[in-house]
Amino acid sequence: MDSRPEIARAAADAAARQSYGKLVAYLAARIRDVAGAEDALADAFAAALERWPQTGVPEKPEAWLLAVARKRSVDAIRRRLTSEAGRDHLRLIAEEIEARMADEDLPDERLRLMFACAHPAIEAGVRAPLILQAILGFDAATIASAFLVSPATMGQRLVRAKNRIRETGIPFRVPERAELGERLDAVLEAIYAAFAEGWSDPAGTETRRRNLATEGIWLGRLVASLMPDEPEALGLLALMLFAEARRAARRNAAGDYVPLAEQELALWDGALIDEAETLLRRAAAKGVVGRYQLEAAVQSAHTTRRLTGRTDWIAIKHLYDALSMVAGSPVISINRAVAIAEADGAAAGLSALDELGDDKRLHDYQPYWAARAGLLARIDKTREAAAAYDRAIGLERDPAVRRFLQERRAGLGRAEAD
Amino acid sequence: MRYMLLIYGNEAAMANAPRESTEQTLAAYGAYTEALKKSGVWLAGDRLRPTQAATSVRMANGKTNVLDGPYADTKEQLAGFYMIEAADIDTAIEWAARCPAASTGTVEVRPIWEMTEYLSEK
Repeated sequence: MDSRPEIARAAADAAARQSYGKLVAYLAARIRDVAGAEDALADAFAAALERWPQTGVPEKPEAWLLAVARKRSVDAIRRRLTSEAGRDHLRLIAEEIEARMADEDLPDERLRLMFACAHPAIEAGVRAPLILQAILGFDAATIASAFLVSPATMGQRLVRAKNRIRETGIPFRVPERAELGERLDAVLEAIYAAFAEGWSDPAGTETRRRNLATEGIWLGRLVASLMPDEPEALGLLALMLFAEARRAARRNAAGDYVPLAEQELALWDGALIDEAETLLRRAAAKGVVGRYQLEAAVQSAHTTRRLTGRTDWIAIKHLYDALSMVAGSPVISINRAVAIAEADGAAAGLSALDELGDDKRLHDYQPYWAARAGLLARIDKTREAAAAYDRAIGLERDPAVRRFLQERRAGLGRAEAD
Repeated sequence: MRYMLLIYGNEAAMANAPRESTEQTLAAYGAYTEALKKSGVWLAGDRLRPTQAATSVRMANGKTNVLDGPYADTKEQLAGFYMIEAADIDTAIEWAARCPAASTGTVEVRPIWEMTEYLSEK
């Protein structure tokens, strides 16, 4: 069978994917309009995906695409800028695009686009979807299914956000030092949100969701390569790679949930772990600690089991102490309590959990009840453990995890009967 | 781009403030206005009399309906405005944050909808 058309198509897809975000970023920054840039590029990409598999990917794919997109983008701006000053502006843009088409490579301005999408004036929940659409060209339906909302709702939210970028005058620029911290956090948070959405489907049954974890890593790699001196950008990429490295080990052949401590080391991806370790070391050398580096360090401590055969729970406990200081949250407090239990005993872990008991948010939070149940079981408070397992089972969405909790609950009964 | 900075604050608290603190506030606004002008971004700006001086007008069935009072009763009231010229929302936000009202009330930043853009956005 001749596979050449498929190879050509894959090459065209890859080139288009690389170019798409760059072209949107380049055009959007000039016309200050994400939707306008996307519209202008839509035809160009349709033409490319049709033609490139036959003709091969052109030597300068971006110049090719820009040539096709040029006319539409200039028309789009012409419609918007009707004033005298606008027409001058338009002429300048058209000239610049023309020059760029003959010129060497398109400047990579995707970072500027990401900072516009994650601007504080954009609603926090729509930042990650907006980045996925603007940089990767995902349609609203794909994004909607990944974030578990209806396509119509997602479509509306994306349109509203893009209008907002244009109407409120959100700039396309990488913020200066003084304000970078908070803005970079928003970009990293959006990328991590995309990754986490994909990660939350560990069985990989929903292909779209699994792709989202891959896309999150792709975006993380992009930011880390564009901002190689930002320790948190490196830390986030390391964190995602550590998690990704264990993907295959999270379920056994029967599709059952396997907790971290019981995962088969042979199923961990050594190459990804090594890459993550290198990134984390590079980040640490910058001397500025942050949330993602600390979370990556926790993952790193877990993976040392690969080399030493045991988990360094004391190190993990210290890392969670530091994490609660820089980014305290109920999730981190629960993980910290679990680490305390491993390092200092179940009773110590339980009293750390008890300290959290007043937080109303935890009442409907599965990991809190699962952690509680596990620790209660270890100090033989069987009845309380069973009640906590019941809460956790009732709150769990993932059937594999639910089965796992039910087995643990049943195990309690046997212990009692003995 | 032109932006409107709408200043919202608690009128009653302002009215009841001791003279000394009112003087301080006025001086702060004076310095802020001066800074806007020196940097060339100031286009317009004024303080509004409290909402007890407000009148709301509406036409219904050919009759002019005049109500004493503001359009909406809110916890914080519109107390004044600035219009500035800024490159983008970040620059406008920077100026809004410097406005004395930002630390006592709220400054709403709204882009001006330029007449040339009304129809092109349809």
